Amino acid sequence: MNAQALLSLADDELILGWHNSEWTGIAPFLEEDVAFSSIAQTEIGHARAWYELAAKELGTDADSLAFDREPDEYACSPLVELRMAEDWARTIARHWLYETADSIRIQVLINSVDGEIRGLAEKIDREETYHRMHAEMWAERLRDEQAFRDAVDELWPYALGVLREDQRPLLCDAVGRNEVEAIERGEHTEDLRPLWEEMTMVRRSVPGASW
Amino acid sequence: MVTVERVWEALAEIPDPEIPVISLVDLGVVRDVDVDGNRVHIGFTPTFLGCPALEVMRDQMAERIRELGAEPDVEVLTEDGWTSDRITPEGHRKLRDSGFAPPSGRSPVTLLQIQTTTNPCPYCGSSDTRLDNLFGPTPCRSIRYCNACRQPFEQFKTL
Repeated sequence: MNAQALLSLADDELILGWHNSEWTGIAPFLEEDVAFSSIAQTEIGHARAWYELAAKELGTDADSLAFDREPDEYACSPLVELRMAEDWARTIARHWLYETADSIRIQVLINSVDGEIRGLAEKIDREETYHRMHAEMWAERLRDEQAFRDAVDELWPYALGVLREDQRPLLCDAVGRNEVEAIERGEHTEDLRPLWEEMTMVRRSVPGASW
Repeated sequence: MVTVERVWEALAEIPDPEIPVISLVDLGVVRDVDVDGNRVHIGFTPTFLGCPALEVMRDQMAERIRELGAEPDVEVLTEDGWTSDRITPEGHRKLRDSGFAPPSGRSPVTLLQIQTTTNPCPYCGSSDTRLDNLFGPTPCRSIRYCNACRQPFEQFKTL
């Protein structure tokens, strides 16, 4: 697996983890405050693991990959860039679509011939089981709410863009929707830059410092 | 001269940074120990990848090896990673004694299993408990509630 593919995975998890953490303190229930904070923590942990593998290939370290690149150099999908706090219906729609897409991608990696990738994918999949359970419980609960249905309609082309083209039919089957034109990786949304500025602010304040 | 047995004993004295009632050996994160002259190799399998205690565990193991007068080499293993099945029976007992419900069932787990498996309350032993939140104060714990003694408790996740 090449470094660019690893970076797509890591960037998706880092950026989504960051957005999930925006619910800390303002979620609609205390339980969800805890849940989104914990999910954010594990997503960022997964990002770190993938960055570490990419860093070995690129001769750098995980923190540099996470925080020292320019916004244009990130390889994340537009789905994870969108800022959704304080819209709960959109947040749950993205959470459910992303976790469903992510599980398809992880299943492919579990069959990798590279032992390191396979081992990591198996481990991440076990942790992600809890994210999926949480997303499915919420999707079930909001299924008949108009705000949630509108959000799923809006985000569907973005969700397809998380996956490689050959993996997209699996996502269509999993969520019961037809394939449409995907919003692909490459072009960034305008929500990425403000997030990047906040996320890298401390690191940029004293370049080269060890924390 | 450091022996493999001495290293295991030393590691068994290191408490988990977040649940100090159990040791790193009880937790099952030490996969193997090799001694080659003055060099001690430890194969370490992290619990949750986002767990902030990992660095602490790694540093504490290295520190203990240095105290034994040897040179530590702590390797993080990603293949054949940690599951909650690796927590020892002794670890289960210690968790229960301090009010943590140990992981129930075996990995991998489904939502249906979590909702239907009998998870006894670590305080009163009643099986009349329910899931309150899949997530808890650290990545490795869920929150359950005991209907019998009306006490919320922390459940180690089955992973």
